[in-house]
Amino acid sequence: MSSHTQHSGYSVGGLVKWIDSRLPVFTYLQKEYGEFPAPRNFNYWWNFGAILSFMLVLMIFTGIFLAMQYTPHVSMAFDSVERIMRDVNYGWMLRYMHSNGATFFFIAVYIHLFRGLYYGSYKNPRELLWIFGVVILVLMMASAFTGYVLPWGQMSFWGATVITNLFSAIPLVGDWIVTWLWGGFAIDNPTLNRFFSLHFVLPFVIFAVVALHVVALHVTGSNNPLGIDPKGPQDTLPFHPYYTAKDSFGLAVWITLFAAVVFFAPNFFGEPENYLRANPLQTPAEIVPEWYFLPYFAILRSIDFDLWFIDAKLGGVIVMTGSILVLFVVPWLDRSPVRSARFRPVYKWFFWIFLLDCVLLGFVGGHRPDDLVFEGVKQLEFIDLGHVGTAWYFIHFLVIIPVLGMIEKTKPLPTSIAEPVLGGGQAAAGAAAKPMEKA
Amino acid sequence: MDIGKRLSRAAAIAVVTGLALLGGTTTDVGASETEHPEAQDWKFTGPFGKFDIAAIQRGLQVYLEVCSACHSLNQIAYRNLLDLGFNADEVKAIAAEYEVTDGPDDNGDMFERPARPSDKFVLPFANEKAARASNNGAFPTDLSLLAKAHPAGPDYIFAVLTGFDDPPDDVELGDGMNYNPYFSGKQIAMAQPLFEGSVEYSDGTKATVENMARDVANFLHWTAEPEMEDRKRIGWKVVLFLLVLSALLYATKRKVWSSVH
Repeated sequence: MSSHTQHSGYSVGGLVKWIDSRLPVFTYLQKEYGEFPAPRNFNYWWNFGAILSFMLVLMIFTGIFLAMQYTPHVSMAFDSVERIMRDVNYGWMLRYMHSNGATFFFIAVYIHLFRGLYYGSYKNPRELLWIFGVVILVLMMASAFTGYVLPWGQMSFWGATVITNLFSAIPLVGDWIVTWLWGGFAIDNPTLNRFFSLHFVLPFVIFAVVALHVVALHVTGSNNPLGIDPKGPQDTLPFHPYYTAKDSFGLAVWITLFAAVVFFAPNFFGEPENYLRANPLQTPAEIVPEWYFLPYFAILRSIDFDLWFIDAKLGGVIVMTGSILVLFVVPWLDRSPVRSARFRPVYKWFFWIFLLDCVLLGFVGGHRPDDLVFEGVKQLEFIDLGHVGTAWYFIHFLVIIPVLGMIEKTKPLPTSIAEPVLGGGQAAAGAAAKPMEKA
Repeated sequence: MDIGKRLSRAAAIAVVTGLALLGGTTTDVGASETEHPEAQDWKFTGPFGKFDIAAIQRGLQVYLEVCSACHSLNQIAYRNLLDLGFNADEVKAIAAEYEVTDGPDDNGDMFERPARPSDKFVLPFANEKAARASNNGAFPTDLSLLAKAHPAGPDYIFAVLTGFDDPPDDVELGDGMNYNPYFSGKQIAMAQPLFEGSVEYSDGTKATVENMARDVANFLHWTAEPEMEDRKRIGWKVVLFLLVLSALLYATKRKVWSSVH
């Protein structure tokens, strides 16, 4: 094993050499995943890159096999999914892995995103890396939405109705866009066909953007819990075997949790009503999106008033779109020179308040706006919480973050990564970056 | 409401919300006045849960003798009954009691023949219009997935089947409707389907309304997720394997990192 980390060139076998001199894939892998110098102080929140890569591949594989059995036709889609569940060998396992895979993909991506917000991973020089990440999030949402329509259950149909109708809020061309999206004057077979087509292709687009995300990461190098740059080899470790070992362990724990849900509670995150066949003539009592869209849903519905010439519907769409778009400019909203919240005593608190705010919005999104939060307290409806939560969401990004960047008194940064990790930079500096010498 | 009022209200709410999150006690009121089904003891719940095959077989009997007069079960084929412990001949015999339309034959005519194990359960009505015409305008729902399509699942099925009652004085029933506090809106087009002795069980179980309702719920849980036992059995293997793998990978990680810590 030590030979892997000591040589910069790869020296196994003539064929490898032959290929490598023509297309240096082995050199590339060795450079980017073997020797790649990673800060030595990653905590387990840094596992989610590997976990997300795994989830993407899992979704693509299970999805390809599901597509072999699925029929995208309004009169057959629902039954073809049930056929997968009942008659296709291990079809239930494929489908439950795929549907719960979406849930676990989103849990992981939200953890990854909040990790970035906490440790300032979006800051110079990683702005483009962050932007690719937000693009991936948007593509994931589009994939999840189109995928949820495919089983053609009640929530599939009515969810699609609600979401596609949002486009009708756009002035002048809104209705035209909706007709264009539907491929007709109602959600029908053309809609299902195109959603299937998009749902099949989008994950490959995600895959490509993930590649850009990873390439950008390998140019700037990873951020780390201290948010300071590695100053030399004493601050880093070769990716292999240190982080391959750590990522493998974290991934195994993650897959264990995933398997527990897939096999023992596969419908826990799902909406029961989607086991009813889509019926365009019968609106469900409540149309709720999947849990990972609930905060956005709450933001959308929190605009229940007209503002000047903008009616409530358009206002909701603008604000909901804004809640995602604002993520793109976070690197420029945050002017603080310090990355990690560990050294930002005030931002740290606002980070947790913001996290709670997002959870609150998710909670609000799961209730009807006019439901009472407490029995008997007539003054407090969920829409009120939605107003507060939405307002805070934007205050956090547009006021708190820029202002803190200017006025916050940050704590002194450690001089190097090796110093706090090893409790004394001097002694450790020499011993640190030695490659591992155990088998 | 003007913006100033809105803001002051928002401030007050922010405080209350903080308290709400701390207390963590929120109740969903006004969502529906429908009564929530009581949780029953089922053999299939939990990671070790198994099908109660005897109950499912009795539930099948109730379905075939009572429910199937109006309710379809369109995801289930007669061959699926092999999973309930019936042998091939028994399944053939059960299927043969029903007629299906097949064809066209060589003369171009459709014809009737006894159902085969590969056929799906025969539908009670030719189409939705026919079903509504025979049921006072209501469409008896397909039962295949009912246990997964309601949040309370089998508890709900049991509650509705045992929940028929005389309406309280303040409840005005619609034409041809029946009172059932567990059904959405507390009114249901279906008349009480099960009465003491509606079927005759061959295994000596008393055919009380409760017993039959429980058996039907067990049966419909099976029709909704027939893969459940396979799923849980494989699940244990997968999870135990992954736990061991995680432990080994943790040991590996410790060993790899021992030189730098």
